Amino acid sequence: MESFDFIEMKVPAKPEYVGVVRLSTSGIANRMGFSYEEIEDLKVAISEAMSNATTHAYEDKEGGEVTVGFGLYEDRLEVMVADRGESFDLKRIKSEIGPYKNNQSVEDLREGGFGLFLIEALMDKVEIKNDYGVIVLMTKYLRENEVDINDDQISTTL
Amino acid sequence: MDLNIEVNDQGLSQSIKLAGEIDAYTAPKLKEALLPLVKKENVTVVVDLEHVNYMDSTGLGVFISALKATKEYDSELRLVSLQDRVRRLFEITGLENIINIDSTVRGGK
Repeated sequence: MESFDFIEMKVPAKPEYVGVVRLSTSGIANRMGFSYEEIEDLKVAISEAMSNATTHAYEDKEGGEVTVGFGLYEDRLEVMVADRGESFDLKRIKSEIGPYKNNQSVEDLREGGFGLFLIEALMDKVEIKNDYGVIVLMTKYLRENEVDINDDQISTTL
Repeated sequence: MDLNIEVNDQGLSQSIKLAGEIDAYTAPKLKEALLPLVKKENVTVVVDLEHVNYMDSTGLGVFISALKATKEYDSELRLVSLQDRVRRLFEITGLENIINIDSTVRGGK
């Protein structure tokens, strides 16, 4: 069994706590030795998951909670964000995300819905469970001795 | 973990200076300040993002609604002085080709 440290936080499902979880993420990632760029990626990805979770929970009923779990492994950070709101149609949401094309007209632009797209672009691995509430499990690997900062991390995750 | 919004009203040329973080908590506040500005005929609204050190998709959503309003009111929206991290989000999502982002004014004073 691979050994790891585990940190769990439970925050009210309100937008004002997204920043609190983001700060914690930054602290944990920094402690693990992630680079500045990687920490910024983690902050956005986890905030996106948190924003989604607070929206779901909020729609469901007020007073919900979001549980965030950080698994600190030797070579990676796993972050789990779970809410207990209603489950959603993942297939439909997946079909609606993606980058914009040049020729898309302004009228067609979506105001929301890039959350999941950004999570997939910024993390190495993303799994979503949608049975009871929504659980997003995101993984980012530590790239030790990585010197090539131009390495395109986006293409490896899509 | 807050967002400061400073609006400078010069008639047809409006500027709005942002400082702080744009996320699920602060985005509604930004939307409330920005949308009325672009909903005026022929106005140009310049959004200065020099001091925005964090933004996620909630911020992108606000700028998209503002852009949509500009089409309706024949107004103009321009984003200037973006930090690299913030600019990257526009690149990843392909929005840099749709929203008018000024690349030359970065850090310019």
